[in-house]
Amino acid sequence: MAGSFTRMIAGRNGAVLLASLGAGTMATGFLMSDNPLAAEVRTKLYPPSSDFPDLRKHNNCMAKALTPAIYGRLRDKITPNNWTLDQCIQTGVDNPGHPFIKTVGCVAGDEESYEVFSELFDPIIKDRHNGYDPNTMTHPTDLDASKITNGVFDDKYVLSSRVRTGRSIRGLSLPPACSRAERREVERVVVMALAGLKGDLAGRYYGLQDLTDKEQQQLIDDHFLFDKPISPLLTCAFMARDWPDARGIWHNNEKTFLIWVNEEDHTRVISMEKGGNMKRVFERFCRGLKQVEQLIQERGWEFMWNERLGYILTCPSNLGTGLRAGVHVRLPNLSKDTRFSKILDNLRLQKRGTGGVDTAATGDTFDISNNDRLGKSEVELVQMLVDGVNYLIECEKKMEKGQDIKVPSPVNQFRK
Amino acid sequence: MAKNCHNDYKMKFSGDEEFPDLSLHNNHMAKVLTKEIYAKLRGKSTPSGFTVDDVIQTGVDNPGHPFIMTVGCVAGDEESYEAFKELLDPIISDRHGGYKPTDKHATDLNFENLKGGDDLDPNYVLSSRVRTGRSIKGFTLPPHNSRGERRGIEKLSIEALASLDGEFKGKYYPLSGMTDAEQDLLINDHFLFDKPVSPLLTCAGMARDWPDGRGIWHNDNKTFLVWVNEEDHLRVISMQQGGNMKEVFRRFCVGLQNIEGIFKKHNHGFMWNEHLGYILTCPSNLGTGLRGGVHVKLPKLSTHAKFEEILTRLRLQKRGTGGVDTASVGGVFDISNADRLGSSEVAQVQMVVDGVKLMVEMEKKLEKGESIDGMIPAQK
Repeated sequence: MAGSFTRMIAGRNGAVLLASLGAGTMATGFLMSDNPLAAEVRTKLYPPSSDFPDLRKHNNCMAKALTPAIYGRLRDKITPNNWTLDQCIQTGVDNPGHPFIKTVGCVAGDEESYEVFSELFDPIIKDRHNGYDPNTMTHPTDLDASKITNGVFDDKYVLSSRVRTGRSIRGLSLPPACSRAERREVERVVVMALAGLKGDLAGRYYGLQDLTDKEQQQLIDDHFLFDKPISPLLTCAFMARDWPDARGIWHNNEKTFLIWVNEEDHTRVISMEKGGNMKRVFERFCRGLKQVEQLIQERGWEFMWNERLGYILTCPSNLGTGLRAGVHVRLPNLSKDTRFSKILDNLRLQKRGTGGVDTAATGDTFDISNNDRLGKSEVELVQMLVDGVNYLIECEKKMEKGQDIKVPSPVNQFRK
Repeated sequence: MAKNCHNDYKMKFSGDEEFPDLSLHNNHMAKVLTKEIYAKLRGKSTPSGFTVDDVIQTGVDNPGHPFIMTVGCVAGDEESYEAFKELLDPIISDRHGGYKPTDKHATDLNFENLKGGDDLDPNYVLSSRVRTGRSIKGFTLPPHNSRGERRGIEKLSIEALASLDGEFKGKYYPLSGMTDAEQDLLINDHFLFDKPVSPLLTCAGMARDWPDGRGIWHNDNKTFLVWVNEEDHLRVISMQQGGNMKEVFRRFCVGLQNIEGIFKKHNHGFMWNEHLGYILTCPSNLGTGLRGGVHVKLPKLSTHAKFEEILTRLRLQKRGTGGVDTASVGGVFDISNADRLGSSEVAQVQMVVDGVKLMVEMEKKLEKGESIDGMIPAQK
């Protein structure tokens, strides 16, 4: 490598090359450096093959999908907001992953990342979302909560119900890429819109920078406060920059509708309450989302969305609906049955401990939520969750009476 | 990384809209950066694409400590110190005792110029060590370099180090693919460096792609050690048990000069200029980048009322034996030079040698119950 460098220097324009690469301290060429010669020389010196990451120990979706050929074609491309492939994949390079947990390993810096780098993102999306092919399929959006049936669970079993999603503001870069000004703009747009919510949705915003000790303690007690990310999955994706600038939490006075601003996504929207009335939780979720959307549209903004990928969020795993609907449910008998995991699989549900992702369950209470995000609408996913949880509760009741249960047949993947 | 394209996009917004909130910050960058300086510099980019936002990111993300003044900025390449001088010159002045933009830095790696240093009492001085950093011309620095560049640095370093012989003959251990046995041995020798966890470093982008392109080289005698692609391109360390700082410094100078000769042959000498001396990633390491020090037993002197003042006058600093900010154990301190820029390597090691010799004599006097008042030195 040093050899080829020496050869270049020895050739014509050696001095110019040296100067443009800054091999001495040169006073020229600093202002708005548009030095095409420097870029060209750099590309020759460092072809994509020299930059291809070492992914031999890696186990994430990005490492599976990225080939030297794809990297070669995409490395020198940029999105209209000037985001690059290397920036998308940095988190996956820095976090080899876990033998059992398959992380995604890449993020979008803006809406256009999914287009400009589609050669890498499409296979990752297919891998992560059960074969969903963005080139041939369309994603349905349906936020009509009235369609949900049997959405009120037995309070003896279901302790709480919750639905969350994310929304991105079109025209502004996403958390890995955004500048301080963009991030502050996201905060401004969202906070202004939320101020227009009324009735049971009326609430207030708490900027992380300006929290009083009392407010902070209250938010912690309510389990609302989010902290600076420490997970390297997020920090290596540049999402903790400038913390806590322009980050905050909004919630309604009733504490049943909550929005995080500028954490992992522009916004995370959460509807929740104690007990088993998932229908009401989802109804409030849809109503709140639609109102916020209207309020930002009145000011000329909109959410990032398209037919191919649904709602655009930072992590490819959250595309489509970005929706996780779940309950905390007691299943003391069922959880001890060896068929429990299989039943969940077939119902397309996942279990987590009540502390969130990857926590262990305490006692017999589990966080049960939908697996899928993309390829099915919000209504379809919530209905699947509702049907699934009702089935689990039926099993639990049967087992209480000493009756046997059946493993249900698998639910269909996609509409087709 | 040919160009920080993202910077052009940010120019859509005004300087005020982009200016960081530094109200809770206590680092050199936050002290110096004003909206005027930011406005002037934000449109600039070095030829490799490093911008002022890149320089300051670590300082924005790490407000600092009420007692410890961190620097809060890094260079991404040699040209950063020129392109962003309006910001970096005052920081350098603040950090390096008033060093002016017109000052010249003297480099002296002639070990023969060191007087004494071979007679520090080994009953008190347990070990001696000199370290510095070197950056390789033609490559960008750890906050900014691509995988291809980092690998290029590693390859060049391996070639250069492999050609050393005699007392410097040794072996390179890349961090990727290290065996468990090799790793255990390096840990036991206190040679192994780990992926940075300090947010000062991670927020500056220095842990990217770990452990790709990183490694440790040491000579067979285990007295000369080089870290590749950690905080700087190279960190060079000479060390041994006991108090023979003269020998440690000799080996340091000879080893460095051997290495530099080989890099120069490949047209990749070290980054250096007559104003800032050796160019390193952190402005605090400019000049010599040298920290020469000993582990020395000073149980009585360290509890004397004038200990801190003595250290200040001798231009020395103390640390615990676990490194920066650790507490001392059993009265044993790490004593090293405080200065980096504005005095030469020989001068700085001389201060360590003379200062430690004096402090050991003070310790002996205090052991005998005698006063040391007559021995307090003048400000160097």
